[in-house]
Amino acid sequence: MGSGDPLGGQGTHTQAAGMGGIRAAGDLVARMQMTCGMRLKEAKQYVAEKLGVSTFDLSDPAVMTDVRNEFGFGRIHSYAISHPGQANFIESKFNIARVLDVPVNCVERFKDRTGLN
Amino acid sequence: MEARIPTRMGDGSIARMTRSEIRADVEAGTEAAASRAKVPRLETDEIDHVVDVYASAARFTGVDLGDEVILSCDGTGMKTHATRQQDMQSYEQWMGADLVELCVGDYSLKVVRTILPYEAQCLHDAQLQMVVPMQYGVMPNLGLYSKPDGPCDNWNELLPLARIDEARAAEEAAIEMAVSDMVNLADAMWEAGADGLDWDTTGASGDPEFLAALRATEIVRKKYPTMGVELGMAGEFVLGTHSQLEYDGVRLAGLWPREQMRLAQKAGATMFGPVVNTNTGKSCAWNISRALTLIKPCMSEATIPIHPNTGMGVGATPMFVHPPVDAACRSAKCFVDILKIDGL
Repeated sequence: MGSGDPLGGQGTHTQAAGMGGIRAAGDLVARMQMTCGMRLKEAKQYVAEKLGVSTFDLSDPAVMTDVRNEFGFGRIHSYAISHPGQANFIESKFNIARVLDVPVNCVERFKDRTGLN
Repeated sequence: MEARIPTRMGDGSIARMTRSEIRADVEAGTEAAASRAKVPRLETDEIDHVVDVYASAARFTGVDLGDEVILSCDGTGMKTHATRQQDMQSYEQWMGADLVELCVGDYSLKVVRTILPYEAQCLHDAQLQMVVPMQYGVMPNLGLYSKPDGPCDNWNELLPLARIDEARAAEEAAIEMAVSDMVNLADAMWEAGADGLDWDTTGASGDPEFLAALRATEIVRKKYPTMGVELGMAGEFVLGTHSQLEYDGVRLAGLWPREQMRLAQKAGATMFGPVVNTNTGKSCAWNISRALTLIKPCMSEATIPIHPNTGMGVGATPMFVHPPVDAACRSAKCFVDILKIDGL
């Protein structure tokens, strides 16, 4: 999808049909599509199984916020819901790679460059 | 007398049509696609559903709960309102983007080659501060490799002069340069930590450009087995500006979405983005019907995710810089409900 006009493009499609990115599990399913070439049904089933939720739950922020907290997958950051003690950004991608058992390129690069590998 | 329902034309303007007129447009749209591309028309129940979606005065509509799909969000990091990194962060934090894309405003492959280390550094730094997958996107835009912008003779000037052999030779030279630049781009972005690449609007310069993207994808897949490659098209039909080029024994000129998808899949793409351009003189109901019919044959054969393009001017989204929300959401709903797509 070309994002173009942010509200007419991205904003509209997010509300009409999107999984919601890190509000829910959209980034996790996207990662399985992008890295592994999984089709949607397969990618949703894979992620749901790894997280112990249903495929329906994957688009539900009311469920996935707690799941993301539990696994340290990163969340939306705002003044109202600051969570400095939790993993976020590159930290959370370490957890995503481990829990989903999927290679994350920047995590591997991080390990290489910090002597963790 | 039938009530007139506000709906949209392909240019974004309001058109007031009756339900019968909308149905007639939906039937004409699928017929236009079927006869041109030699693919099946939409089934009756599918036509009925499209008519229900478009013959509604509701401002907004959406897919059923649980049917949500992935949004591949091309062009999110393009310095729309802040820095490119901040733009991507905004899409992640505020807009529910499932993945983001770093790119330059020009979006052409050739302009990146001279600033590649800078681009790779931007991506590297942004990856430290984001969660969602991040790809780097360009359009191959083979035309920039021709004079006066590039070193190759201009095939668009040679062709009208009937200097066919010279035009083809120029295109073939440009293909080699583009493939080299795409692979160099992949090398730099992989080293920087990219999750994937996006070859966007592929085929805008016709069959030579599609071939360059396919060949580059094949090389990238061999070098970096887990690097995502999204191959998105420029239109529903590959123009034959060379017309003799083949990939894997298949002539590229004249290919429709299903055949394009087969080659993208064969080359090693992990996502395929079919495109059907919006006809501004027809209603959005006509356009969505035509788009669904042309892309539907991809769905049963694909082994990789299919993300039809639904930005401005494609996929029954109006060709208007600020696409009306009521038209864009109807496009999304029809693609999800009828084609069971993997993403947009």
